[in-house]
Amino acid sequence: MHTLKASIIKDLKILVRDRMGLLMMFFMPVLLVIVITSVQNSTFELVNNNKITLLACNRDSGPEGTRLISAIEKIGMFRLLLLDTSIRDNEISVRMHAKDALVAVVIPDDFSASIQQRASDIASRALSDPDSASKEKNRYARQPDSLLMFYHPVMQPSFRQSIKGALHSAVQVIQGEAIAKSLYSAVNSKAIPPELEKDILFGQIPITEIPVSRSGSRVVPNASQHNVPAWTIFAMFFVVVSLGSSVVREKISGSFIRLKTLPSSYLNALVSKQVVYIMVTFLQAAVIFAVGNLLFPHIGLPVLHLPKDIPGLILITLACGWCAASYAICVGVFSETPEQANGFGAISIVILAALGGLLVPSFAMPANMQQLLRVSPLHWGLEAYYALFLEGGKLKDVLTNILSLAIITIGIQLLTLYGLKKKNLI
Amino acid sequence: MSIPAIAIRSLGFSYPRQEGIHFEELNLEVPDGIRFGLLGPNGAGKTTLMKLMTGLLKYKKGSIRLLNHEINDHPKSVNKLFGFVPQDYSFYSELSPRENLAFFGAWYGLSRTEIKKRSEELLEVLGLTDVGDRFLGTFSGGMKRRVNLAIGVMHQPRVLFLDEPTVGVDVQSRHAIIHYLKGLNQLGTTLIYTSHQLEEAEELCEKVALIDDGKIIAHDHLAALLKEHRQDGLEGLFLGLTGKRFRD
Repeated sequence: MHTLKASIIKDLKILVRDRMGLLMMFFMPVLLVIVITSVQNSTFELVNNNKITLLACNRDSGPEGTRLISAIEKIGMFRLLLLDTSIRDNEISVRMHAKDALVAVVIPDDFSASIQQRASDIASRALSDPDSASKEKNRYARQPDSLLMFYHPVMQPSFRQSIKGALHSAVQVIQGEAIAKSLYSAVNSKAIPPELEKDILFGQIPITEIPVSRSGSRVVPNASQHNVPAWTIFAMFFVVVSLGSSVVREKISGSFIRLKTLPSSYLNALVSKQVVYIMVTFLQAAVIFAVGNLLFPHIGLPVLHLPKDIPGLILITLACGWCAASYAICVGVFSETPEQANGFGAISIVILAALGGLLVPSFAMPANMQQLLRVSPLHWGLEAYYALFLEGGKLKDVLTNILSLAIITIGIQLLTLYGLKKKNLI
Repeated sequence: MSIPAIAIRSLGFSYPRQEGIHFEELNLEVPDGIRFGLLGPNGAGKTTLMKLMTGLLKYKKGSIRLLNHEINDHPKSVNKLFGFVPQDYSFYSELSPRENLAFFGAWYGLSRTEIKKRSEELLEVLGLTDVGDRFLGTFSGGMKRRVNLAIGVMHQPRVLFLDEPTVGVDVQSRHAIIHYLKGLNQLGTTLIYTSHQLEEAEELCEKVALIDDGKIIAHDHLAALLKEHRQDGLEGLFLGLTGKRFRD
């Protein structure tokens, strides 16, 4: 124990005296989390609060085109910029290349005629004999020209789909209104009363959003709840850069040669490094969570709500830290130079982060990748953090994750021992 | 008859998949309590032999016994019997001499009290007391060599291996180191020393072995060797036995 204690003191002193290293270990992760959360928060707000600029060209001379423009405005998702009706498609492309907007919609010149024709066809079919109505299903006089939606290629498919869905709902409002009017006038031989028209069109059953929660709490997930835990794990595993290269430097230095001739086992040095770097990763997490909880509201970012189960949070953080330190030591043992440890370590962490669902949610990955992600310790850490931060989970909900992390860590430790023996280091 | 400090019998060794140094049927004995010089040109095998004697390299053939303990098989606790002062600085330059001595002292298995007492003794005798709390990174070459030596003798070993312990130091530091080593030997520590500083070796060593191309080409008391080969000094003996061909 005396040897281990002396090693821990030595490693702590060396760490504390490396001010640039400390800056890299604490300031950079905080900066990373602030930047990523800010960027993701702006995307959250873009969808939820900010309006998307939409270029709209209404070539329809009838009333339905104008109604469609009004329906799009009522969705509340878009800031409309109306274009001159004479503008050509290629000119719209030019304006979009100039980043005036990422999306544009063109209403064709026969839009009103098509909508009215379609509504009257549907009304007459609805009121005719059921047998003849089914026979007449292909009887529509004309198919309207489609609405044109121009989009910038930088727009992500999921975002494009949500815009397309919004435009579809606006078109459905117009179509529904026309059909309701046609049916009413066909049945009652008079125009539909405005109140009834409003009830038919806008009397939709509301949708109440309820985030799934294990604890029954109703904390609405925000960019901080999503990003801070995820990028904290990434930062913890990024100690591979400092610890991995530190192991290599010690291995190739004169001090290691001396250590090998001393009566104590080199395993003391490895255990010491694990203890010190578990402390470092734990402090990293504590600092980042404190920044999310205390600083974020002051810099315009949503507050990070800490989980109710703090012991659970501490345990999963320690498990992640132990795995991260073990991985870094393993990389250091197998690398011949600090450059190898830095290069391999950094890239492998990005790969493990991608596999672990930090870059793309795991549920969106293909089936074979979903099997592969189980080998990434970042996956188990992330799932556990999400259970605590987003779902209000408790320690019992993340025990499987802790166990999985422990199994991966023991596997890494065995690999490290094999490397040490193979290289005649112990 | 006393147990030799080192007894090498029929040693066979070569680096795997590498050309260069190899030993075949190498025999050497270093009596306990003497100052022994292992000398030879670059690439002769001095450092490799020292690494084999300290357990840093494993041999597959023959035997190396340190105070009657087979080096390949001995438990780690036997490492308390010897000290090693490598040619490269073997300490943490981010720490002070006191902090280095505390760390390595713990690794030698010394108690806290022993570490404190021994550290102060060594800092005093090697002229480092006033700079004992400064970071080693700021030290001169001579001061670093003295710290390197202090760490190697922290646990008062019975056998001390010194691989070029004075390379790159000024006259004052060299004098202090040699003076200290002679005193240590008088207290009973066997010194096994390699160096290219032949004048220094002549001053320090009672017995020498000349090694070249992995073979011991001469091995005796220095005075006997000089007489046998009719040389006035070690340099003449060295050049006479190993030739003037460059070895780097």
